[in-house]
Amino acid sequence: MLLLIEQCLNGLQFGLLLFLLAAGLTLVFGIMDLVNLAHGSLYMLGAYFAASFAALTDSFVLGVVLALLATLLVGMLMEVVALRRLYGRDHLDHVLGTFGLILFFNELVRVVWGPAGLSLPLPMWLVFPVELLPGLFYPAYRIAIIVTALLVALFLYVLVMRTRLGMLIRAGASNREMTGALGININLLFTLVFGLGAALAGLAGLMQAPILTVQIGMGENILILAFVVIIIGGIGSIRGAFIAAVLVGLIDTIGRAFLPDLLRLVFSSRVAATVAPAMSSMLIYLLMAAVLVLRPEGLFPVSSK
Amino acid sequence: MSVLLVPRNLVIAAVVLLLAFLPPYASLTGNAFLVTLFTRISILALAATSLNLILGYGGMVSFGHSVYLGIGGYAVGILTFEGVRSGFVQWPVGIAVCALFALIVGALSLRTRGVYFIMITLAFAQLIYYFGVGLDRYGGDDGLSISLRSSFAGLLDLSNRMVFYYLCLALLLGAIYLTWRLVNSRFGLVLQGARSNDRRMRAIGFPTFRYRLTAFVISGALCGLAGALLANHTGFISPATMHWTRSGDLIVMVVLGGMASLFGPLLGAVALLTLEEALPVLIRAVASPLFGDAAVRIAEYWQIVLGPLFLLVVLFARGGIDGLLRGARRA
Repeated sequence: MLLLIEQCLNGLQFGLLLFLLAAGLTLVFGIMDLVNLAHGSLYMLGAYFAASFAALTDSFVLGVVLALLATLLVGMLMEVVALRRLYGRDHLDHVLGTFGLILFFNELVRVVWGPAGLSLPLPMWLVFPVELLPGLFYPAYRIAIIVTALLVALFLYVLVMRTRLGMLIRAGASNREMTGALGININLLFTLVFGLGAALAGLAGLMQAPILTVQIGMGENILILAFVVIIIGGIGSIRGAFIAAVLVGLIDTIGRAFLPDLLRLVFSSRVAATVAPAMSSMLIYLLMAAVLVLRPEGLFPVSSK
Repeated sequence: MSVLLVPRNLVIAAVVLLLAFLPPYASLTGNAFLVTLFTRISILALAATSLNLILGYGGMVSFGHSVYLGIGGYAVGILTFEGVRSGFVQWPVGIAVCALFALIVGALSLRTRGVYFIMITLAFAQLIYYFGVGLDRYGGDDGLSISLRSSFAGLLDLSNRMVFYYLCLALLLGAIYLTWRLVNSRFGLVLQGARSNDRRMRAIGFPTFRYRLTAFVISGALCGLAGALLANHTGFISPATMHWTRSGDLIVMVVLGGMASLFGPLLGAVALLTLEEALPVLIRAVASPLFGDAAVRIAEYWQIVLGPLFLLVVLFARGGIDGLLRGARRA
């Protein structure tokens, strides 16, 4: 039972991380109608920036803050230099153009940081187990991830639904030309939204960094998962992205944790150990295919369009 | 006669002639690598040609096409592993499994449009990718070596490099011919009509879903053939063949060469793969007077040039290479 709770927490943590990545993606997708495959590169850059800045300043917090700012800047630069020209183009053009950007960023990271991976050590004040329930210890850092991601989700909700900037973002999403005609600088607005999405991706990357190693291509597989999340949730819907992200995170983690035991009833343990992770990954894509077949617009379609 | 001598046709003729006379040239100069490279180019051009049928002519952006390369390859790999070496069994099995898989994927995903279609084809490809990773008996993540090429009962000796090269080239040209016949038939016209305006095609009475699905299945089966060739060529198959970035490569070839152009995918494959070989050499040549010995290291980072190049093609050369050549005709 304790194991189940722990794995649920792990799933929640992974799901919330996916949400951070998917939130930026779904904002950009829903508002600018841009398929950005290079979003995973921003995730990777966030992790690399955090690892270097933390080593440079000798402070975890300072490193994180600087990394967020740097990812925000890179994102805005990317939008102004390249992606702005892709708005209104065919989705195929987006796929191809941003696919090129992935190659570019992977290689850039290799030039700047070298082919070997980096690691981001945790500060001492985050390395201790917290006793959540009697007998259930959980790492403080993972709790910190969960809390941070929930706060970001709340911040996003307030930002988009309750502020003037959020109102402009929603207005820009539903009718770009009309918003522009009312005297709003749409280009600046889009650059800001893109920067925000980039910073969220960077945040996800740097929070994942202490758990996994920081390496080239780390954003590619998780990017596809983030796409799955926004498709399941419905493109443009932050609420949908949140629910789908937690769902995907739980399925992935719980599948990995408990499928081996289930499969061991049928197969040998060696077979179960290799098949189970593959099967839990397959479960996610099966879920997405099922959602698309039954509800082609996702679970929470944005109805305003 | 002079109509035939436009730059575009001359370039295509030159490329086809180059492909046809490459092995004699390579054996004269003793450059065996050229044959290996161009065998690979022919095979991937075949895969890109199959993608072009649905992407270019049908307007269906399949972002999971490398899965058929993988299935075709695994058909060869698994059957060889289990002791069935005959190509008369292996290849039809690979093609049939691909066709069946394309039928299932197509039937489900053709209900969706636009970016949802892109993502659902990707999802099915990822499904099979992870299935491949879970294939414990056949190497799982590490893949499977194929020690012997498919045997064709003494008719064709595929272990002979020349024979294999010409087989790949012949199949590629056959696929281009098939595409030509298809797109100029009634079937192809309906397919292209559905790309331009699906609703109108249905309104005048064409059940476009069936046409699109048929094209999807033909494309998958052709790509399965390319997969069987690729596995024979590399002597190895692993889930990495089905990684989504490989599907991206195929899309790049089609768009780079020119969508809905018969020889476009061939031009795209030649351009992309020779660029991959030539860019490091080019960069080294440019960088060595400036940076001296560091040029070798700089040349390792050739992808930093290739990536933005894709972006430039998207932004400024929508028709790809074929479009540029057509433009040259008009000028």
